[in-house]
Amino acid sequence: MGKILEVNDLHVYYGSIHAVKGVSFEVNEGEIVTLIGANGAGKSTTLNTISGILHARSGSVTFEGKDLHGIAPHNIVRQGLAQVPEGRRIFLQMTVEENLEMGAYTQSNASIAPGLADAYARFPRLKERRKQIAGTLSGGEQQMLAMGRALMSKPKLLMLDEPSMGLAPILVEQIFDIIRELNEAGTTILLVEQNAQAALSVAHRAYVLETGNIVLSGTGAELMASDAVQKAYLGG
Amino acid sequence: MLHFIQTLISGLSLGSIYALIALGYTMVYGIAKMLNFAHGDVIMIGAYAGIVTVMSLGLPPVIAIILSIVICAVLGMLIEFLAYKPLRSAPSLSVLITAIGVSYFLQNIALLIFGSQQRAYPTIADFPTYNIGGIQIDGITILTLAVTAVIMIALTLFINKTKLGKAMRAVSEDKAAASLMGISVNRTITMTFAIGSALAAFASIFYGMTYVYIKPTTGAMPGIKAFTAAVFGGIGSIPGAMLGGILLGLIEQFSKTYISTLWADAIVFGVLVVVLVVKPTGLLGKQMSEKV
Repeated sequence: MGKILEVNDLHVYYGSIHAVKGVSFEVNEGEIVTLIGANGAGKSTTLNTISGILHARSGSVTFEGKDLHGIAPHNIVRQGLAQVPEGRRIFLQMTVEENLEMGAYTQSNASIAPGLADAYARFPRLKERRKQIAGTLSGGEQQMLAMGRALMSKPKLLMLDEPSMGLAPILVEQIFDIIRELNEAGTTILLVEQNAQAALSVAHRAYVLETGNIVLSGTGAELMASDAVQKAYLGG
Repeated sequence: MLHFIQTLISGLSLGSIYALIALGYTMVYGIAKMLNFAHGDVIMIGAYAGIVTVMSLGLPPVIAIILSIVICAVLGMLIEFLAYKPLRSAPSLSVLITAIGVSYFLQNIALLIFGSQQRAYPTIADFPTYNIGGIQIDGITILTLAVTAVIMIALTLFINKTKLGKAMRAVSEDKAAASLMGISVNRTITMTFAIGSALAAFASIFYGMTYVYIKPTTGAMPGIKAFTAAVFGGIGSIPGAMLGGILLGLIEQFSKTYISTLWADAIVFGVLVVVLVVKPTGLLGKQMSEKV
């Protein structure tokens, strides 16, 4: 079980705002790792820096032993690192199937049909709505589409940014079941969540991010039991 | 009645030229979110390219046409690379002013090379004039309509069916999300400029054959009209640019025939104002919700 992703002493600025202040963590192959923390803690900033959308002032991101510094986002996807962005960011004016095809942009034309078949097997709802314009889907369906789209690139590491945001509790449960299934099927997962309860229940390991710093780390169960986490995030 | 049909046909022909130019405006706006005011001048360069290749170099018309298209496409990519790409994260006003600067730059380059005297566009082929039931139709008009129809169908298929076309739509909706799919946003923008400018080259050929005389400011008026057509149809919308261009040509031609040649442009822009008051997003424009 080797390290697939290693983030080391990452510093990211938004203009003059120091949003991520020396974050270090790692994700091992086959794990579900979660970063939890309040709004503004630097979780999304960290993910977007890994994806290459934002640039670090200093520190490093290493994926499968390769430094990602200076690699454009569209080439990072080709390395096998996909992100389901915050707010889903599906292409609202394109059909469900076109969204999935865009997810397979890095793949050969021959692999698109089997990829679509896999996505529809995992998300039967998307198959029913394949010709529908994505903007007409419900929130839960849009989240499924965003996940299905990211999976089309056959990622080794899937990063999910707030997949539970804005969803009803029953749908949140469904989304987390899917995350667990994907992991069991062999995809390593890095999950960013404000919903600490749900995230800690699926994660093997977790890190707590507060105003740009990692303040706690441990297994999902350890953090679930920790007083500090109970008080700050789980309403205990 | 004959008069009416005659006007309808010449209106469609003029509208086709506007539509070809409007497509370049609308595609670039849709993807790069900028108004490329130098787009009209690309047509002028395309027309001069036709003049030089046929008249001075004596190349056969087909080669000359292909060369014009290549020259315009390369020029479009070059303008994007040199003038707009460095401003990708600059305020949109800076980009707009740069576009106006590029427009004057191209006009003055043409003035320097070709002088202020107007030049005649070469006769690429001798087209017969057809007389169908008393209606006089120019061969050029028929060619313009036919080629524009083919281009529009091809472009629609390209945008909706091909991988690159779909990627262009994805980039126009959400650049960051598109890049997370593995789409190179820069390459897609470059391709958009190339395609838009190649369409301008077609417009330059039809414009040259129809109106014959070319000077450095030739691109300005059709450029502004086509921009109007793009806004009229809903800027960013490809079917909108086609519809807007055709309608604008028809309105202009009918105004000239039935109302007044002098008033035609005023009527064209008047209609635009009315459309924008009633439907600010243009005829086929979608409601844009600016996401913060």
